[in-house]
Amino acid sequence: MASDSITGGAAQGRLWDRFSIKTKRVIWAWTFLALPILFYAGIRFYPTLQAFWLSLTDWDLLRPANFIGLANYQKMFADPVFWKVFQNTFLYLVIGTPVSLVLSFVIAFYLDRVRFMHGFIRALYFLPFLTTAAAMGWVWRWFYQPVPIGVINGLLGSLGIEQQPFLRSTVQALPTVLVPAIWAGLGFQIIIFMAGLRAIPSTFYEAARIDGLGEWAILRKITIPLLKPTTVFLVVFSSIGFLRIFDQVYNMTTNDPGGPLNATKPLVLMIYQTAFSSYQMGYAAAQTVVLFSILLAVSLFQLWIMREKK
Amino acid sequence: MTAMPSTELRANRWDIRPGRIIAWTILLIGGLIMITPLLFMFSTSLKTAGQVYDLRLIPAAPTFDNYIKVLGDGRFMRWFFNSTFIALTVTISNVFFDSLVGYTLAKFEFRGRYFIFLAILSTLMIPTEMLVIPWYLMSSQLGWLDSYWGIMFPGMMTAFGTFLMKQFFETVPNDFLEAARVDGLNEFTIWWKIAMPMVVPAISALAIFTFLGNWTAFFWPLIVTTSKELYTLPVGLSSFAVEQSIKWEMIMTGAALATIPTLLVFLVLQRFIVRGVMLAGLKG
Amino acid sequence: MRNKAKLAGLAAGISFLALGSAQAVEIEYWQYVFDTRVQAMDQLIEKFEAANPDITVKQVTFPYADYQTRVVAAKVAGQGPDVVQLFYGWLDNFVNGELIQPLDPAVFPSAEIEADFFPIVSAMKRGDAYYGLPTAVRSLALFYNKALFTEAGLDPNNPPQNLVDFLAAAEATTKRDGGGNITSAGITLDMAGQDHHWWREVLIRQNGGVPYDEAGNVAYNDAAGAAALKYYTDLQTASKVGQVGFMDEGQAAFRAGLAAMTIDGTFRLGAFADNPFEWGVTELPADANGLRSNYSSYFANAIGSGAQGEELEAAQKFLAYITSPEAMEIWLNVVGELPARRDVALTEANLADPIRAPFLKGLEYAHTTKFYDEAGQRQVAIDMVNRVLLEGQSIEDSLAAAATAEQAIIDAATK
Repeated sequence: MASDSITGGAAQGRLWDRFSIKTKRVIWAWTFLALPILFYAGIRFYPTLQAFWLSLTDWDLLRPANFIGLANYQKMFADPVFWKVFQNTFLYLVIGTPVSLVLSFVIAFYLDRVRFMHGFIRALYFLPFLTTAAAMGWVWRWFYQPVPIGVINGLLGSLGIEQQPFLRSTVQALPTVLVPAIWAGLGFQIIIFMAGLRAIPSTFYEAARIDGLGEWAILRKITIPLLKPTTVFLVVFSSIGFLRIFDQVYNMTTNDPGGPLNATKPLVLMIYQTAFSSYQMGYAAAQTVVLFSILLAVSLFQLWIMREKK
Repeated sequence: MTAMPSTELRANRWDIRPGRIIAWTILLIGGLIMITPLLFMFSTSLKTAGQVYDLRLIPAAPTFDNYIKVLGDGRFMRWFFNSTFIALTVTISNVFFDSLVGYTLAKFEFRGRYFIFLAILSTLMIPTEMLVIPWYLMSSQLGWLDSYWGIMFPGMMTAFGTFLMKQFFETVPNDFLEAARVDGLNEFTIWWKIAMPMVVPAISALAIFTFLGNWTAFFWPLIVTTSKELYTLPVGLSSFAVEQSIKWEMIMTGAALATIPTLLVFLVLQRFIVRGVMLAGLKG
Repeated sequence: MRNKAKLAGLAAGISFLALGSAQAVEIEYWQYVFDTRVQAMDQLIEKFEAANPDITVKQVTFPYADYQTRVVAAKVAGQGPDVVQLFYGWLDNFVNGELIQPLDPAVFPSAEIEADFFPIVSAMKRGDAYYGLPTAVRSLALFYNKALFTEAGLDPNNPPQNLVDFLAAAEATTKRDGGGNITSAGITLDMAGQDHHWWREVLIRQNGGVPYDEAGNVAYNDAAGAAALKYYTDLQTASKVGQVGFMDEGQAAFRAGLAAMTIDGTFRLGAFADNPFEWGVTELPADANGLRSNYSSYFANAIGSGAQGEELEAAQKFLAYITSPEAMEIWLNVVGELPARRDVALTEANLADPIRAPFLKGLEYAHTTKFYDEAGQRQVAIDMVNRVLLEGQSIEDSLAAAATAEQAIIDAATK
C-alpha cells in the first residue's frame, strides 16, 4: 500500500517502516503530547501537590518547613477575620453573578433587536471589558471620592442627595468595589448571550406566534430554556471570576487593604497578604487549598443544579 | 454593517414602533452610562492639578502636559513593550500548543486518550491563586524570578484553549486528513497545513482571548517581578498610581495610557473580536 | 605570521576585557518606594559611581507592604541585596533571619558611630556590633497652610502651640458646603499616615499615660488612652474639623490646599516643596501643662548577608558614602529628612531655619517606639479608629479590642 512509503518528516529508515500504520499514528500522537504533558505535570499538577503539602507545614521562608498537620486549618477556622473574608467572598459571588447576568441578558435581548447603530451601541457596552482591571480600579476609586473631587458624590450633591461614604463605609464598601467588576464583565456576557440568542432558530418563534403566544410567554417558554447551555456557561464562568476577585480590591483599597475593617477583603487578597506581606507560606498555602475547595464545590453545585433533567 | 440578527425577523412582524424606539433610546443611554468612567478618565487626564476638582466632563483648558510628563521618563513605553511582548509570546505559544494537543485528542485514537483529556481538563479547576506560591518557589529556585520567562511560563499552554481547539477540530472532516495521508504527508504537516487552516475562526478566538487575558494580567506579574523595568502595564500602572500619592490627574493619565492601546485595537478589529467571543461562548 | 599576530591581539584584547570586567563590581541597593527617597538615592548613586568608577550600584525598590517579604524571599533564592534599607523596628527579624551581617568594626568603629550620630542609632546595636547606619532620621511636626490661616483671620506667623489653640484654629479654618460636608478640612485625619504615632507617643502621654510599659507590653488600655482616643475621634464626630478619608489621604488634602493643618514627618518636606501656597511648620501642640512629645524613627542601611569579597568591599564603601555628611546634606535637601549625624543636623543654619527647626527641636524630646510589626500595629490603630467612627463602637470597647490585638502581635513576636 502507499502507506508503506513514508516520505519527509522523521525518516528513521528500516526501523520506522516496520511499524504498522496504527502504531505510527500512536507514536506521532505521543510525540505531539510529550512536551505538553511535561508542561501540565510540572506547572499544574506538581505545584498543586506542593501547595497541599505546604499547607501542612509552617514554612515562613526563613526557617525550614516543619510538618504540623492540620494546625494551619485549625488556626484559619478559629480566626474571625477568616470567616469575615469567607463571607465577603461569597457576597461577591451572590451579589455579583445574579446582577450581572440579569443585566446582561436584558441588554442582550433588546440589543439583539436593534438594527440602527447596532455596532456602535454594542461597542459602548463591550469597551469596558477590554480595560485593565487594575487601571479601572483607580478610575472608579476616584469616582467614589467624597466631595469635592468625587464625581458620583458631586452628582448626588447637585441632586440634593446626601453624600455617600462608599469606600469609607463598612456597609457600602463591598458593593462599591463590586461595581467595577460587574461593569467590566457585562460586555462579555452580553456578547455571549447574543450569540446564544441568535443560535435559536426563528422557526421556534414563528411556530409560537402562530399558536398565539404573547411576547412574555415566548420569553419564558422558548427563549430562556433554549438559552440554558449559554446561561450555564456564563453562571459558572462568572461565579469563578467573582470568587477570585482581586485586582479591583487591591487597587481600590491600597491605603487600608481589604478595608475598612476587612469589609472588602476577599480570600485572594488574604492569601496575597499572608504570603507576600507576612511571608507565612504554609498558612497561605492552606488558604489557597480552601479557595480551591470553594471553587470546586460551587462549580460542581451549579452544574448539578442546572443539569439537564431528562 | 453586521449580519441581520435572527430575532429581527420576528421583530419585523410586530408593529410596536414606539416601544422599539423607547428600548433603543434606553439602550443608547445605558451604553453611554457604561462608558462614562472612561470619558471621565480621559477628561481628567487632560486637566491640570487645580482643575481636577472641577467636575465637568469637558475640561475648561485641556492640556497634554500630563501625558508629556508621564511618557517623558520612558517608563510607560517600557511597560507597554513588556506587556505586548509577553502577551504576544504567550499567545503564539498557546495557538501552537493548544491546537496541537486539541488536534491530537480529537483526531488520534490511542490508549490513554480519554485519560489525558480528563487530566488536562481537570486543571481548569485548579485556580492560579493556589499555584502562585509553588510557582514563586519554583521560580526563585530556578532563577526565573524577575524575568520575562518567569512572567510567561505559567500561561504557555492552557486547558481552556486546548478544550476549545479540540471542540473545533472535531468538526473537521476526516476525509481531508486521510487524503493527505494517502499523499504521503507526515502527521505534523497534515496538522499544520491541512487541519489548522480549517479552524481559523477558532484560532483567532483563542488568540484574542489569550492576548487580552495576558495583556491585562495583574496578580502573577505583580508577584514575580521586582525590577521596575520588567513590570507589565497593569503592574506598572498600579505602582505608578501609588507613587503619585493621589495626584489624580496623573493617575488618570496613566490609566488612560494603559487603556488606549486595547481600545484602538478593538475599534479596528471589532468585528473579529466580537465574532471570536461569540464563537468561544457557543463552543464553551 | 599574520595569523599569529591576530591571535596575539585577540588574546590581549580578551584578557584586557576580562581584566576590565573583573574590576567593575555591581552591587544592589534595596529600599521601599517613596518618590523623593528614590530620587535622592539616584543622586547619591550618581555621585558615588563618579567617585568610584569600578563600582556600579543598581537600585531596586518595592512597595512598602511587600518590602520585607521580598528581602526574605531573595535571601532564600540566594539573590539578596548587597546594601539594604530597613526600618529600625525590623532589626530583630532581619538579624534572626540572617538577612544582614554586622558592620565590620574596623571599617565602622563603634566609638565613632556613638560620637557622631544621634543616640537613637543605638537601636541598631546588638551586643557589641552595629548592624546598620541611618542616612537620616525623622520626627513629626505640625504643617499648616498660611494662606488658609490668613483667610480665617488667624496670624500665619503664630501657629497654635497647645491643644486648645490647635482645636480653635482647626474650627476657624474648616469650610463646609450647604450639606454640611467638609470642603476644606481644619486638620487631616489619617491613621494610616503618621497620626497613629501622634496618638501613641504624644496624645497618650499628654493625657497622663504611656503607650507601653518597660517590658514592652501594651499599657494604654486605661483612662489616658481613652482620653487620647476620644480627643482624636472627637475631631471628626464632635468638632467636625476633619474627616477620615477626605481627599483619600491626609497629605493629598494638604497638598491640594484643602486642609489647613496636617501632622506629618520630615520625609514629607520634599513632596510639599512645590505646594502652590505658603505653608509653615511648628512643633506638635503641647498640652495644658506645656508637655511636649514627639515620635522619631529612622530607616537604616545595612549590608546583606550574601555580600562577600569584592561585593562586600564595594558595599562597605557605598554604605560609608551614603552615611557621610555630604550624602546627608543631599538627602536633607531632596527628601527633607534630618541628617543622622548630630553636627550635620544641628548647624546654626538648620536651627534657625523655620521649616527645619521644629523638627530638630522635636527630636530632642522624641520617643522611639519599639515596633515588632509596624504594619500590623498600625493596622490595629486604623481599625480602632474605624470601629469608633464607622461602627459607632464606644471608645472604651474599641480601645480594649485594640490593646488585645496589639498585645497579641507583641506576644507573637517576642515568644
